[in-house]
Amino acid sequence: MLASTNAHRQRARRAAYPARYSAFGLLRRGLTHAEWPPAWRAHPLKGSYDVVIVGGGVHGLAAAYYLAANHGITDVAVLDKGYLGSGGSGRNTAILRSNYLTPEGVRFYDRSIQLYRRLAADLDFNVMFSRRGHLTLAHSDSSLRTMRWRAEVNKAQGVESEVIGPAEIKRLAPFLDVGAGARYPVLGALWHPPGGIIRHDAVVWGYARGADALGVHLHQNTEVTGIDVADGRIRGVRTSRGDIATRVVLNATAGWSTLISGMAGVAMPIQTSPLQAAVTEPVKPFLSTVIVSGTLHVYISQTDRGELVFGASVDPFTSYSMRGSLEFIEGLAGHVLELMPALTKVRVLRQWAGLCDMTPDFSPVMGHTPVEGFLVDAGWGTYGFKAGPVSGEAMAQCVASGQVPEIIAAFGLERFAAGTLVGEKGAAAVGH
Amino acid sequence: MILLPCAWCGSRDASEFQHVGEVTPRPDPAGASPAQWRGYLYLRANPCGWTTETWYHRMGCRRYIKVERHTETNEVRAVSADGAVGER
Repeated sequence: MLASTNAHRQRARRAAYPARYSAFGLLRRGLTHAEWPPAWRAHPLKGSYDVVIVGGGVHGLAAAYYLAANHGITDVAVLDKGYLGSGGSGRNTAILRSNYLTPEGVRFYDRSIQLYRRLAADLDFNVMFSRRGHLTLAHSDSSLRTMRWRAEVNKAQGVESEVIGPAEIKRLAPFLDVGAGARYPVLGALWHPPGGIIRHDAVVWGYARGADALGVHLHQNTEVTGIDVADGRIRGVRTSRGDIATRVVLNATAGWSTLISGMAGVAMPIQTSPLQAAVTEPVKPFLSTVIVSGTLHVYISQTDRGELVFGASVDPFTSYSMRGSLEFIEGLAGHVLELMPALTKVRVLRQWAGLCDMTPDFSPVMGHTPVEGFLVDAGWGTYGFKAGPVSGEAMAQCVASGQVPEIIAAFGLERFAAGTLVGEKGAAAVGH
Repeated sequence: MILLPCAWCGSRDASEFQHVGEVTPRPDPAGASPAQWRGYLYLRANPCGWTTETWYHRMGCRRYIKVERHTETNEVRAVSADGAVGER
């Protein structure tokens, strides 16, 4: 009797938390001014977990969510040394696209876009996905050739992409200077209608809330200080809040992944470089697509609030420093004005930097490692945010089944020893 | 980082230099196994702290220098002129 009463209380508590978001709930709270419950709970750190995920960004949280939702594995801890989404997940420019260069890359990122499209419904959280199309400008014959190549690879994989000329570009983005007098005249562009932007914090919070509701423990301000390996197997994780015994650790700390892998004795083909971005004051909506120029090292989009978000290529040397530089903002402003001279009077509000896990072939490193039970989801370079959902789904499958899903088979750590790199530089990076 | 002291030219704007990367000893091409060679090509320590690396003074003396730099603060501790490119 006692047990059933407890179970009933347990159920009642679970039903009260977390509330499902609805229009009715919004109206009721608007009228009563009732407090919103926090979107996820804090738990004491347990002494053991089935799975420990290091890194509370979109990749780590998505992996935790799909482990619980798709595979029923809920004894999972997500550890982050700061707050959730404090790394690359909160510092990227929130652009989604799948117009890559290799068939492996296109299939992989396309799956991510499909998951993003229904993410708001899946997570019961408004992630503000705005599917507005993505333009990659070509300023030279060689980049136009790469665009044609990408368009054909994309179409063969069933992804919408086509090469368009300056007149069509002008119709899509009237403020863009496509005249022949520009220093780097626009010769054409790769037009990718499924691309768009999203609210990156909402994606992090939505996955965190979804994972928490399914029983995953989210531990913020919990820094991993060591990983115990014995006989080539994972034994546990040491953290700033205590030790955890576990047999499976997933390293989802792009930017810092070589440090975490180093604790387990796994060498990585990765170097860390900062990437800077900036945002302007809000202006009237005038830009309805995402614009990228590889030659000018810049990508531009306008948020729903009207701010222009600018991103660039990685800084010219490796570093873990997240300070912005005057040199960067100066160069960026020049490049933006080259494309859109009308923006001369627009002021930059702030600039920031995030850390990028650069691999030699501009593709990620995902899957098992020589240490049994130690998995990596790293090497996310400048393209990690858009891959969050598919990476979480694939890594969850990897952990649950012990097998490597076909969609990430090309991205294993062993490809560097085998010499089977996945060359994505032509589509993954600006400034090549 | 704004200034980088060149062993030959003194303190110069960091944008004059090209970052070559961590000093990684090259194995003997005649005796190295494919795994050792690919390790040399791709694997990096990537420390968050002091590291020894090669820089190239591209727009200055066009020589390779060896620099000890802290990767979190970008502070430079020592610079020497023996930055041979073979040690990349």
